[in-house]
Amino acid sequence: MEKNRYELNKELARMLKGGVIMDVTTPEQARIAEASGACAVMALERIPADIRAAGGVARMSDPAMIKEIQDSVSIPVMAKCRIGHTIEARILEAIEIDYIDESEVLSPADDVYHVDKTQFSVPFVCGAKDIGEALRRISEGAAMIRTKGEPGTGDVVQAVRHMRTMQKQISHIVSLREDELYEEAKELRVPTDLVKYVHDNGKLPVVNFAAGGIATPADAALMMSLGAEGVFVGSGIFSSGDPEKRAAAIVRATADWQNYPLIAEVSENLGKAMVGINADEIALLMAERGK
Amino acid sequence: MNIGILAVQGAFAEHSECISKLGAEPVLIRNTGDIHNIDGLILPGGESTVQHRLLNETGLFQPLREMISNGLPVLATCAGMIILAQHICGGEEPCFGLLPVSVCRNAYGRQLGSFSTVGNIGSISDFPMRFIRAPYVERVCSDNVRILNITDDRITAVRYKSITALAFHPELTDDLRIHREFLDTVGKSC
Repeated sequence: MEKNRYELNKELARMLKGGVIMDVTTPEQARIAEASGACAVMALERIPADIRAAGGVARMSDPAMIKEIQDSVSIPVMAKCRIGHTIEARILEAIEIDYIDESEVLSPADDVYHVDKTQFSVPFVCGAKDIGEALRRISEGAAMIRTKGEPGTGDVVQAVRHMRTMQKQISHIVSLREDELYEEAKELRVPTDLVKYVHDNGKLPVVNFAAGGIATPADAALMMSLGAEGVFVGSGIFSSGDPEKRAAAIVRATADWQNYPLIAEVSENLGKAMVGINADEIALLMAERGK
Repeated sequence: MNIGILAVQGAFAEHSECISKLGAEPVLIRNTGDIHNIDGLILPGGESTVQHRLLNETGLFQPLREMISNGLPVLATCAGMIILAQHICGGEEPCFGLLPVSVCRNAYGRQLGSFSTVGNIGSISDFPMRFIRAPYVERVCSDNVRILNITDDRITAVRYKSITALAFHPELTDDLRIHREFLDTVGKSC
């Protein structure tokens, strides 16, 4: 991928900042998400909670269904491919998706290698639970990072853990002497220039969103307070009692996350939240996929 | 000099950095408590549908519209241009509707259509222009709109009274000339 294309792809992610990216499974849901203030939608066949419930192999969605969603909204449309599934990624690029999520929510297609994202013109977002994973994905060409969290649970604890870990590691790298960065890069198994970027700038070289288990406006604001630059909400919206109202409330809480009277107000009468599963009680940890 | 930057969604932090570098005071605008004492306003890039919605919900729409109508200097980039436009292609409801142009959203297609080039913006020469899912001005609806740039036969920058609207993103570059020119305008109107 030419350098300029990668820069443009990272810049698109910057336009999403402060926003909420919502999982949708139909054009109708996509329109509701857009009308409620989503800054992008993730088109997929089943929300993570249903993927978790159904079990079996979860794959890329039907391109026809993704195209219908592309036609129904003006905001960017993202879609997921399996970890390491270069051809699913090529298919998504061929239908001009705005962003590919190489996602642990789907069943991994390759348990060793990720997609070589530097070979693509479309941008990729990837999950990470610590700085090593984040920088490895970036060196493979990811233009945006999100926490893995534990998708489909409605339990925010893992996203919090991943974001805190990442911020702590960033502070650690900033505190190092220049001549210690080589050893740090070796330990993290990442290129030295990326460690140097973090050291000099105190942040990742790409936008970093929170994802996995965010179900309420308060969850979204919590993730923003921990340093997320925006949030993904997967199952939390369309498996709740009043998706439209909840979506709009999460958008407002994310945009103005330090305005507690406002968050209190938008949290009122949202109807039933997604039931949720305690992240400690589940057998399948999606966050452990693709390190 | 206080420069308000609409901070409900999008790339407002980048503008804030430009303004700080030039020695003015950026004021992030998230609700109606933040708009007193601003001398100029920046409408940043982001998703215009989200920004439009949040302008309404936060109650910022009316007071900001009034301030802009009364001559508050504005620098609008990308989504900001759509927010200001009088007409949006496809008949979509306009937001502020204060800039007499017709704007097409995502006019270059999806992300694969994003591109960069270099061009002259009014009196500023060789400016790096970054177009990210950008709009362009399809039609100018008043003789008082001055066209500042045409790239590939499309109007990408205009000035109307105290409003400067750009389809591209000066805040994503290290070139501060457009922001400096804006601050000069604000300085004169203070």
